[in-house]
Amino acid sequence: MDARYQRRKFVNGLSTTLSGIAVVIGVAGLVWILGTLFIKGLPAMNWAFFTESTPAPGSEGGGMANAIVGSLLIVGLTTVVSTPIGILAGIYLAEFGDRSRVASVTRFVTDIMLSAPSIVIGLFVYALFVTTTKHFSGWTGSVALSLIAVPVVVRTTENMLKLVPGSLREAAFALGMPRWRVSLDVCLRAVQGGVITGILLAVARIAGETAPLLFTALNNQFFTWNMNEPMANLPVTIFNFAMSPYENWQNLAWGASALIAILVLLLNVLARVVFQSRSKS
Amino acid sequence: MSQNMIDTEAAVQAAMKRQAEKSAVFLRQDRIFAGITFSFAALVLLVLFGILMSLMVQAWPAINEFGLGFFYSTTWSPSTGEFSAGIAIWGTLATSLIALLIGVPISFGIAMFLTESCPVWMRRPLGTAIELLAGVPSIIYGFWGLFIFAPMVQEYVQPWMISWLGAPFFAGPPLGLGVFTAGLVLALMIIPFIASVMRDVFETVPSVLKESAYGIGCTRWEVIRNIVLPYTRVGVIGGIMLGLGRALGETMAVTFVIGNANRFALNLFAPGNSIASTLANEFAEADASMHIPALFGLGLILFIITFVVLSASEWLIKQGERKAGGR
Repeated sequence: MDARYQRRKFVNGLSTTLSGIAVVIGVAGLVWILGTLFIKGLPAMNWAFFTESTPAPGSEGGGMANAIVGSLLIVGLTTVVSTPIGILAGIYLAEFGDRSRVASVTRFVTDIMLSAPSIVIGLFVYALFVTTTKHFSGWTGSVALSLIAVPVVVRTTENMLKLVPGSLREAAFALGMPRWRVSLDVCLRAVQGGVITGILLAVARIAGETAPLLFTALNNQFFTWNMNEPMANLPVTIFNFAMSPYENWQNLAWGASALIAILVLLLNVLARVVFQSRSKS
Repeated sequence: MSQNMIDTEAAVQAAMKRQAEKSAVFLRQDRIFAGITFSFAALVLLVLFGILMSLMVQAWPAINEFGLGFFYSTTWSPSTGEFSAGIAIWGTLATSLIALLIGVPISFGIAMFLTESCPVWMRRPLGTAIELLAGVPSIIYGFWGLFIFAPMVQEYVQPWMISWLGAPFFAGPPLGLGVFTAGLVLALMIIPFIASVMRDVFETVPSVLKESAYGIGCTRWEVIRNIVLPYTRVGVIGGIMLGLGRALGETMAVTFVIGNANRFALNLFAPGNSIASTLANEFAEADASMHIPALFGLGLILFIITFVVLSASEWLIKQGERKAGGR
């Protein structure tokens, strides 16, 4: 055929191949990172990893027990605090504010907070709490993480509530229910799966967040249940250990990274499964 | 009989009164509930305002001391107590631009593949894989970048680039760690964000449009180039801005691989510092009277830049959606 047809065909083939290569690069990145974590991280996860506290610099053995417990406490508290706040704010946006100016500004701000640099949120919490109480603590770490988790819950709750058909609301109103019970018992229950998905995604997001904890929860070499003092947590411990020259510390950091990655990926997959099964039924 | 009617009437009256009281209670409850939900929504607004205020208050001593030079000079020396943001701003912008230059074409390719050429059964798993890439915490990117990726760049990519491209941007010894490698890791991190926005806006193109173009004999590339891209331009730019916003504020991944040197160099292979990495490295140990305010000043600059970029992205994506909705 003529040259022009040949050229069009060639350009088309080239673009398709290049887009295929782009996908391969993306997937290869994921496989490469996860593969590295499994190869380097899984051997580090032994019994001591889960039962012993972080070792002193240069010494052998030890584990991540204090950091695991610290992370669980900080993330757990964050989830407990930010879930109700996020859901209620989401209800306001979807059910009460709707088209009002306050609601549209809030929507805009939440979307920006979703991508705002997390280190600046750490700075804010430092300025607000650490400078006034004069010490680092697990509590302030939770506050910083909440500021990151709440926008995620707000936006998913709102988007889910918008899917509730108007007829369902009207049917509930016709039965004489007050508006707040319609919101909580009818609408929110109808989109339960979606809201749980939002919470799971929020937990996945904050589980590996490091930057806001650097100058709020700080770190702690010792095991503690007390959230009023500096608290060890997995991400900051990984940061400190990975940058250190000690091989034992680096191995522990690989183990902790693998642990976080598995947790975060499981939460992401779980969130998708929950959403699908709940929205089908 | 009449007595009976009076009774009924009284009963009705009483019932109406009860009902009215109940309604009043409901109304009051509703108002309280609406108030509670409103206050939580307002809290989110308040936080944004609070962040801006607290950063400004804390940064004021540094800006007052160093004047406008704080924003563009390139001295950052905790030992002499002289601070300015030039090096960190340059590092932040350079890494983010490298990330965009590499990340945008790849994201575009992924979105194009997922919406146009991918077999249907592969769409979901591939899309999920790309989204999972967005879920990996940034500290893991950094850790992987420091131990696995940077040595590879040092060994295979940088010597080649130095001999072919050379000064002023690609010179000096191949160190592995530096602005360039940080940009590469950032590119990998922002790909899923840009790609998923692009995929979503590509899917808003009405299939009638695409089918008409295929019908007159356009190739796949011509459909993308002449139908899909013009139709979704605004949303695509919004997606790129979202990626830029992410890249500007990314902390941990950059801190691991940028090299952490407070020297200004045009050379992208030299170690440098970004705003976020300076904060992550120095804040916990900063105590000099000017050091902390200067770091807050950096935070303020970062917050304002990302706020502007993310607002623009938000607005553009909304515009793109509106166009798709109102066709």
